[in-house]
Amino acid sequence: MSAVLYDVPGPRAKARNRILNVIVLALLAAGILWLVLRLNSTGQFEGRRWAQFQYTAIQEQLLTGLLNTLRAAGAATVLALIFGAVFAAARISDHRWLRVPATFVVELFRAIPLLILMFFFYYGSLEFELGLSPFHAVVFGLTLYNGSVLAEIFRAGIAAVPKGQREAAYATGLRKNQVVRLVLLPQAIRAMLPAIVSQLVVLLKDTALGFIITYNELLYVAKQMGGRLEFGFPYIPTYIVIAVIYIGLCSLLSLLARYLEGRSRRSRKVTGGPPPAAAESATSAEAPL
Amino acid sequence: MLSVLTDNWELFREGFWTTLRLFLVSGVLSLLLGTLLATFRVAPVTVLRGIGTGYVNTLRNTPLTLVFAFLFFGAAKMQLGLPTFFWAAVTALTVYTSAFVCEVVRSGINTIPPGQAEAARAVGMTFVQVLTIVVLPQAYRAIVPPMTSIMIALLKNTTIAAGFSVLEAGAIPAAMAERGESQMLTLLWITIGFLILIIPLVFLQRWAERRTAVA
Repeated sequence: MSAVLYDVPGPRAKARNRILNVIVLALLAAGILWLVLRLNSTGQFEGRRWAQFQYTAIQEQLLTGLLNTLRAAGAATVLALIFGAVFAAARISDHRWLRVPATFVVELFRAIPLLILMFFFYYGSLEFELGLSPFHAVVFGLTLYNGSVLAEIFRAGIAAVPKGQREAAYATGLRKNQVVRLVLLPQAIRAMLPAIVSQLVVLLKDTALGFIITYNELLYVAKQMGGRLEFGFPYIPTYIVIAVIYIGLCSLLSLLARYLEGRSRRSRKVTGGPPPAAAESATSAEAPL
Repeated sequence: MLSVLTDNWELFREGFWTTLRLFLVSGVLSLLLGTLLATFRVAPVTVLRGIGTGYVNTLRNTPLTLVFAFLFFGAAKMQLGLPTFFWAAVTALTVYTSAFVCEVVRSGINTIPPGQAEAARAVGMTFVQVLTIVVLPQAYRAIVPPMTSIMIALLKNTTIAAGFSVLEAGAIPAAMAERGESQMLTLLWITIGFLILIIPLVFLQRWAERRTAVA
């Protein structure tokens, strides 16, 4: 589409675009230069601010933070997938008494800010002495929120499978359970895989909220490391290091999502399957954060 | 249960008022910045496209909490401190949300039939005219539902400012802890407050979805 917005550049447009390119590049370079000078003049490149990354103890601390982040993300992923599957099943149920409460739960947890969900477990544990650690608060909060979003993704995926599939399955005498399990789910999961992986990127990013409720994850570790006086409060160097880690991790997952999306689009083209418009609009309408 | 709310009404009012201001200011700013980034991403100038793509890919893979932490603890070390915590929070939310707005606007541009842009070009419009007069106004109509999702997410994300000394709704529990009030009841009231703010947006989204579905 983007190429439709302007004509194929002729000689004059090409010259103009070249000039604009140079101007934008110059502006960009000036911006980066200003930033580097700013960093330099406030001494962010001084050796002492970076010295701590050479110590094994500090590297181990970073690694512990990273492992804690991954541990919370991993546990929450498993639980959220289970939560999502159960509630998606309940939401497409034929029984009203199952469908209505499930819908209520899913809508509720999608509307409450994730941090508030974590606060419920964190402060609840303090007030009623439930013995939950910040780790549990992070994991349960992430599970409730992302599980609800995943439930919606699963449901949209099942709803997007063409009606004929279901009708044909019933016509061959399969039972409801079999229709869902053998016919609808395999197709839905394939179509929804990119959306599911994207949601897991969101989950991974949101572990950083654990910082606020003192869960010892990567960002928490970074705050501690940045606050060390003997290295001249190296906040900037530390944040640069952990930003690289976070962006690297999430980008890998995002790439996986994009790869899966490309693959499913290609395979649809080959098999001449139905247009995925319904499924895609369902996923793109999902809250991305 | 009601006394928790009425006894501390000032705190709740101030908290939710700040939440609302954070939401409105950064909502408008990220709509503007996100649209600008989207035009970058479809522009004929290669470097602009690169900037747009780089921005979106980086910010979408960065935790919002990290953006907050950088602005609150890091930026001051570069002597880039923002005037108040409120504006630092607005900056963090805007920088982060505009990446998502950009993607939605771009997908909206993609839904406009190519004939629209072709016709506009045929009558001699320039790229900027095609975009601002013909394509974007139609695109905005199509993207109301996903944009509402992003705004709901933004509204919920304002709570993160609580971790960074901005007294908004998310910061109420900590303040209430000092007063010795029940945390669970406080959280319950905050949840109700957020539901009151979010439910109209959800209905707006449903309504817009139905309307575009018919059209």
